[in-house]
Amino acid sequence: MATVHRACRDRRARTADGRRDTGAVISLRGAALSYGERVVWQGLELDVRPGEFLAVLGPNGSGKSSLVRALLGRQPLSAGTLSVLGRNPREASGHLGYVPQQAALTAQTMLRARDLVRFGIDGHRFWPRPRTVAVRRRVEEILEAVGASAYADVPLGLLSGGERQRVRIGQALASDPRILLCDEPLLSLDLHHQRAVTELVDARRRSHGTAVVFVTHEINPVLALVDRVLYLARGGYRVGTPEEVLTSASLSELYGTEVDVVRVHGRVVVVGAPDEPIAPAPPHHIHESDGVRP
Amino acid sequence: MTLADGFWHQIFSFDDYGALLALVRNSLVVGAALGLIGGLCGVFVIMRDLPFAVHGVSELSFAGASAALLLGANVVVGSIAGSLVAAGTIGVLGVRARDRNSVIGIIMPFGLGLGVLFLALYKGRAANKFGLLTGQIVAVDTPQMSWLLGTCAVVLVALAAIWRPLAFASADPDVAEARGVPVRALSIVFMIVLGLSVAASVQIVGALLVLTLVVTPAAAAARVTASPVLLPLLSVVFAVASIEGGILLALGSSIPISPYVTTISFTIYLACRLAGAYRTRRWGARKAVPRPV
Repeated sequence: MATVHRACRDRRARTADGRRDTGAVISLRGAALSYGERVVWQGLELDVRPGEFLAVLGPNGSGKSSLVRALLGRQPLSAGTLSVLGRNPREASGHLGYVPQQAALTAQTMLRARDLVRFGIDGHRFWPRPRTVAVRRRVEEILEAVGASAYADVPLGLLSGGERQRVRIGQALASDPRILLCDEPLLSLDLHHQRAVTELVDARRRSHGTAVVFVTHEINPVLALVDRVLYLARGGYRVGTPEEVLTSASLSELYGTEVDVVRVHGRVVVVGAPDEPIAPAPPHHIHESDGVRP
Repeated sequence: MTLADGFWHQIFSFDDYGALLALVRNSLVVGAALGLIGGLCGVFVIMRDLPFAVHGVSELSFAGASAALLLGANVVVGSIAGSLVAAGTIGVLGVRARDRNSVIGIIMPFGLGLGVLFLALYKGRAANKFGLLTGQIVAVDTPQMSWLLGTCAVVLVALAAIWRPLAFASADPDVAEARGVPVRALSIVFMIVLGLSVAASVQIVGALLVLTLVVTPAAAAARVTASPVLLPLLSVVFAVASIEGGILLALGSSIPISPYVTTISFTIYLACRLAGAYRTRRWGARKAVPRPV
């Protein structure tokens, strides 16, 4: 546990250095999102800096996915401002790599891994254009970098979840993004693939200073890598280092009920967090979102 | 024995073949063009899971064509109009697959009913009526051919323009949208392109069997390749082979063209499925990939 903490501090120090010469890549000011009466979150103040690894946590319905949609420019805020690279999020789409939740690819899709990666480079361009050597080389590079070369020509439908997720990350990196937005990328992956995927993401932000926004309901696979945590719950939020946010006092205040945060063997387990953010859940319901998955 | 001979003679007859061939020159030209666009559109029909939409559009196209027949207007124009109405409705109302299927299920029988009504009111040659449903090969006159070829050209240009973003949006709509691809607009544009192709195909293979030209060849090709170049290429080859083979075989007989086209198309599909089963087994058996970390 102690080593984990030291590692976190080292990384934060590096990020703090980078903070001086470059501004925030994502900036939310007084941001709020509500669907009708229901306020998902409000008063959100957040700056994400280049090279920063931000984990977004929170129970189901706390607005993690809405935040992703907002960052993609697909969900207008109900109040406040959001700028991505100093622009409207839609205009910044070319600089944003997006790894969606698993299983977004339908079974009929007969693409190969390399085709998916190529979409990341020029899939948005109209009219035919020659398949240049440069594009082909870039695809090979990416496949190599994410360790997917061995199955580059296999249709995606025949790949395992972990293999497909590597390709997904390759696709997101193909456009050389300044921000990497990952929506539950570890869902239904085994421990080995979880580590492989998080390491790919971590390597990218170290080598290129790409900011990472990593939505997850399990903090433990990324605990050693994250700089800061954004914890959404009950219309409010906490942001800070994992040590600041993931404490019994901080989460109890956020949930408005007694929540215990236990650290065991370098893992964080949140006990007693109500599952439903607005409607009060049965008391003493144990929420294991950050703990062991069945 | 003689009965059997008569039966086969009815299906395969090559008397006066040279003279007949001259009659279907227009059909052969149009057939090649239809195979081309059918094979290309089919790739997206498979990717986007639209076979049912193709069927729905073809029924409305049939209604439009029979209305034109009744009114003495250009049948191709009528069929294009019917197709566009259907494709537009499906494109706008049915973005999600579940909505789309109900929309199609609702407009399809209505279109078919209208078509039957118009044909019942039509006092002309019965062959014209039947041809719209089951296909015909000699009925392509020169003004119709210009319309058909013009439609094919529009479809080709449109497909060339939207091919790549459409493939992206079809395979991976979430990421495509995040990347700034106009996913919804592309979906509507593709439905219109598909509507045009279906309307053109109805003229030769008939409303009931358009699927054989727009779905089967691409589905067959998808069984044997995943390459983004080879797949549309094979699909076009299969579609052209089916329709031209169908026209040439149907030439001497009194039977409509559609059974010939569908049989060739289906045979190709079966062959591809067999070949594809081998290919999938090969990949399925691929060894656990070494995991670089």
